[in-house]
Amino acid sequence: MCTVCGCGTSKIEDGHTHNHDHDHSHDHSHHHHHHGDMHFGENDAGVSVPGMDEKRIIAIEQDILGKNDHLAAHNRDHFKAAGIFALNLVSSPGSGKTTLLTRTIEDLKSDLPIAVIEGDQQTANDADRIRATGVAALQVNTGKGCHLDADMIAQAIHRMEMPNDGVMFIENVGNLVCPAAFDLGEAHKVAILSVTEGEDKPIKYPDMFAAADIMILTKIDLLPYLNFDVAACMDYARRVNPDLKIFQLSSTNGEGLEAWYDWIKSGVATAKS
Amino acid sequence: MHELSLTQGVLDILEDYAKQNDFKRVKTVWLEIGKLSHVQPEAMTFCFDTVMKDSIADGAKLIIIETPGQAICVDCGTQTEITSRIAECPDCGSYKLHVSGGDEMRVKELEVE
Repeated sequence: MCTVCGCGTSKIEDGHTHNHDHDHSHDHSHHHHHHGDMHFGENDAGVSVPGMDEKRIIAIEQDILGKNDHLAAHNRDHFKAAGIFALNLVSSPGSGKTTLLTRTIEDLKSDLPIAVIEGDQQTANDADRIRATGVAALQVNTGKGCHLDADMIAQAIHRMEMPNDGVMFIENVGNLVCPAAFDLGEAHKVAILSVTEGEDKPIKYPDMFAAADIMILTKIDLLPYLNFDVAACMDYARRVNPDLKIFQLSSTNGEGLEAWYDWIKSGVATAKS
Repeated sequence: MHELSLTQGVLDILEDYAKQNDFKRVKTVWLEIGKLSHVQPEAMTFCFDTVMKDSIADGAKLIIIETPGQAICVDCGTQTEITSRIAECPDCGSYKLHVSGGDEMRVKELEVE
């Protein structure tokens, strides 16, 4: 019996065919009420009287992010069909996302088709910086919004030329909290952390480092001037997410970029196949 | 504050169900929010009345059922309840815990009339 609304013992689904009076079947295996079921007769008197008001409890069991996730799946299909390797770049403001992006584009644009969706609250400054490299960029201003969502990306990809058989970078709004919740349809969520920010960021903002599967430690050329413990940072990050793949690099002096580029190229090769 | 977007998502779900199930008003909304999900229950409660205003759920009561975080230790296999993503295994001390539950954000049930 459901412990919340007290509905009956026959409501446990085990993934097999079951008999009830609607015409669709469910193929998932967890315990829940049937979608849209209406439970009459569960008012205080325990009876249902036609024509009289009564409390009705409707079991819903819907993911709050269901609509976003549905659109994200659509975006993912769209990227897959065009052989596009899509990356969702997330970080706090000032980590050097756009600098890493412009350097990456300069170094890879002769090898790969590239396009960028730029998310910011205001201004087209970042898209202007990207366009200066010669690749297509679409600015998405979220206004007061703190993150990009799958609907914004769905609209963006229908308005721009797609980098078929190449890479789509989606630069999210600078924010280490909110973008963690929203799947955009990317192949990977890449969290960027600069060494000027403090090595304990992964445990201060664990949701983001758990949602990401790639972490890039940037500005490593500045390490000689800082008290930043790289090993501790990586340990913290893996404490939150044991499977995290970590790159260390500098967009300024180029150290570590080759490994990042090789990873992108291999992702593009997989997306194309 | 992404809870505002998520609360808007809750209202979208209520409106969809109202069309399908012929009810005029939502009196109570039960949400199931995992301890390891992206929602701060207080922030969602804060947004709720404002987002629901002038909708079918204007004035509705919000009840958040918090579900515990669950994880399995990669090193020793212990199943444990955790309260954050930086928890360690109570048996072997390893940080290699894979979250196995408690990250859901779900509209569970509605009381309607």
